[in-house]
Amino acid sequence: MSFGDSRTAAAGRLARVAIAGNPNTGKTTVFNRLTGSRAKVGNYPGVTVDREVGMLALADGRKVEMIDVPGTYSLSARSREEQIAIQAICGLPPLDAPDAVLLVIDSTQLVRNLYLALQVIETEMPVVLALNMSDALEANGLVLDRAALERELGVPVVTVSGKTGEGFDELRSALARVLDQPNVGRPGARWRTEDPILQSDLNAVAKHVPAAWHHGNESRARALAAWALLSIDERDELADAPSELRAAVLSRRKFAAAAGREIDGEIIRGRYGWIDARAPLFVKERASGELSVTDRIDRVLLHPIIGFTLFLLAMGVVFQSLFTWAEPVMGAIDGIFATLEAGTLSALGHGWVGDLIARGLVRGIGVVFVFLPQILLLFFFLGLMEDTGYMARVAFMMDRLMKSIGLHGRAFVPMISGFACAVPAILATRTMERQRDRLLTMLVVPLMTCSARLPVYTLVIAALFSTDTKVFGFLPVPGLMMVAMYVFSTVIALVAGAVLGRTLLRAQNVPLILEMPPYRVPHWPSVLRMMWTKSQSFVTEAGKVIVVCSIAMWFFLRFPWSADDALPFERERTQLVATVDDEGEREIALAAVGRREEAARLEQSLAATVGRAIEPALAPLGFDWKLGIGVMGAFVAREVFIGTMGAVYGIGSDADAESTALRDRMRAEKRPDGSPAYTPLVGLSVMVFFALACQCMSTLAAVKRETHTWRWPLFLFAYMTVVAYVASFVVYQGGRLLGAT
Amino acid sequence: MRHSLDTVLPGTSVRLVRIGGERAFRCRLMELGLLPGTSVRMVRRVDLGGVLELEVRGARLSVRHGEARELVVEPL
Repeated sequence: MSFGDSRTAAAGRLARVAIAGNPNTGKTTVFNRLTGSRAKVGNYPGVTVDREVGMLALADGRKVEMIDVPGTYSLSARSREEQIAIQAICGLPPLDAPDAVLLVIDSTQLVRNLYLALQVIETEMPVVLALNMSDALEANGLVLDRAALERELGVPVVTVSGKTGEGFDELRSALARVLDQPNVGRPGARWRTEDPILQSDLNAVAKHVPAAWHHGNESRARALAAWALLSIDERDELADAPSELRAAVLSRRKFAAAAGREIDGEIIRGRYGWIDARAPLFVKERASGELSVTDRIDRVLLHPIIGFTLFLLAMGVVFQSLFTWAEPVMGAIDGIFATLEAGTLSALGHGWVGDLIARGLVRGIGVVFVFLPQILLLFFFLGLMEDTGYMARVAFMMDRLMKSIGLHGRAFVPMISGFACAVPAILATRTMERQRDRLLTMLVVPLMTCSARLPVYTLVIAALFSTDTKVFGFLPVPGLMMVAMYVFSTVIALVAGAVLGRTLLRAQNVPLILEMPPYRVPHWPSVLRMMWTKSQSFVTEAGKVIVVCSIAMWFFLRFPWSADDALPFERERTQLVATVDDEGEREIALAAVGRREEAARLEQSLAATVGRAIEPALAPLGFDWKLGIGVMGAFVAREVFIGTMGAVYGIGSDADAESTALRDRMRAEKRPDGSPAYTPLVGLSVMVFFALACQCMSTLAAVKRETHTWRWPLFLFAYMTVVAYVASFVVYQGGRLLGAT
Repeated sequence: MRHSLDTVLPGTSVRLVRIGGERAFRCRLMELGLLPGTSVRMVRRVDLGGVLELEVRGARLSVRHGEARELVVEPL
């Protein structure tokens, strides 16, 4: 039996084409050209790898499902995410088999790309080859012989340009041809070993390849045996590799080693030998003594001084844009939702239903949308850096630094973005290939001092640390405190990275072997498309979680809602309206009643009950139950701490970090024994807590979106909260031991 | 005269003789075209990042200094 043969019609489903290729071949552009703008983003089971599915219309109107396979240099795999490539291309369980494979090849790097092509052809899947980047050949002084490639490889080969759209009609008809007659794209393995010993190795392992993988096709069983021999070893992280197959591979390798042979090397050399022998037929190089454009650019951009300065400048622009330039738009979105909230309140009245819709639902949706400007901006820069090839250079320049803390060079951009906001930074971890690198970055980024912590620090520092105190006689304490908080959180983030990377997320030391792609002019539609899909998936997926959390927090802070509680305040209001004639005076008095009502409500709330109940646990940090409410309320977002404290003290939830009333009130607050509730030591403890605790439902929602599981967001929340608690405990108790007040 | 790849000067081409290190590391390099017998050109050293840029079979690759020490080369 063979594969793909008219199973489509029999099953009554759409035909399926998997699109695969090396990284940086413009595969995404080809995918977009073929499928248009709409693609569904899901994920591959068991791993945090996005699975994009689009619809392709053939010339005769037939619809074909197109599935994106993660970019890879080879089908060999060590980890579960690398394993996706072979599973998606061959349809190994749990994934469905495609009816054909579209291989996208970078024409300017033909030889290396052909290695993957040989592997895929060996698996007996019907293949169409798309020679992409054909427009760049001339600039590289190369001429390709498409007909020779088609003849030697035995599969349809089409020249396309993702950039200009050339060749896509031919590509569609080649796909249609292979879907109709799979044998056209299934010539059988190109390279077969002549060595009887290697043959017997392959045959021996092939016997243990499960039938669900090869469906009775012997050639495919041998191809999968070669895959197993290159992939399985004592320390791989593969899933679903049957134990007999594993045992067969290990024993064959052991025998080979005893005879001084290396099976991996023999197979790889065999394939490259086939390619090398034919390369002169495929590629004609026109000699040119000139340095390529890429080399000339790299001379500058990788220069130890000029290159590094430009790099710092580029990173400065990215950071500045997130930190400052996004601000006006975020403010505007905030304003729109504040108006909506007020409108909802006045339309639905001041009962609990109206309050829930306005302050729970509408506010929650507002929280989601406020992130969009930063997400769009960051992905604009990321798209630009990826598309031009600069991202690979960033990873290089930062590799030594980032590796020392257990992170990938590419983690640098998410890390500095974390200084603005963890949410876009977490979404940006997608630029890393390995799941482990992404996870580690996601677990560390929320420790960076994001902009939402600043108002909290500003309030606490302004309330409790005097500008008159100077260190060394000239450095005012408040400024120093702010700097200290930045340094503190960065150091903790680096330590956390080093610790988590050596314990929970310990990885086999995977060598950095990366491609330096040539510089290319960015393809704007692709950049825009990435900005769009990222934002859209954030709003729909993380957005849901954020809105649900927002509603839950509303119940926590506003319930139990008793209409009786409102009665005395209602009476007071009626009286004010009746007795005070001066409109201005009346407004002020009414607002004061409103603030007292807010404080009274909060005091009745679940949050207050919980705050009082856990006060014994908070006391060692120097927190009373009112601060406890503020800390818990800040789970919505850290800056909400200020409004919550404003409400707690009857100053109003509209208080901001500059509110002198709130500062004065905090300074005046007394404990039951008459001592001040807020000392500089308490302030320090609060700031340390805010630096380390994961008080941000949106961060957790973003991690949930990226990892597709609750395990990691819950772990993130738990570990940061424990670290924050311990650190605040040490600061407060240590300070008291040292005699600080 | 054999030596390790990390000592090669930028602009020089050498022939790869042997790859040391773990099996997975060797496999990965070989699958990217860095097979024993292949000629490799040292394009540049990015000392700041601790990496080397190589040209192999017309493609650009980079490896870390430490990893380049596992690659034994000889002059062409």
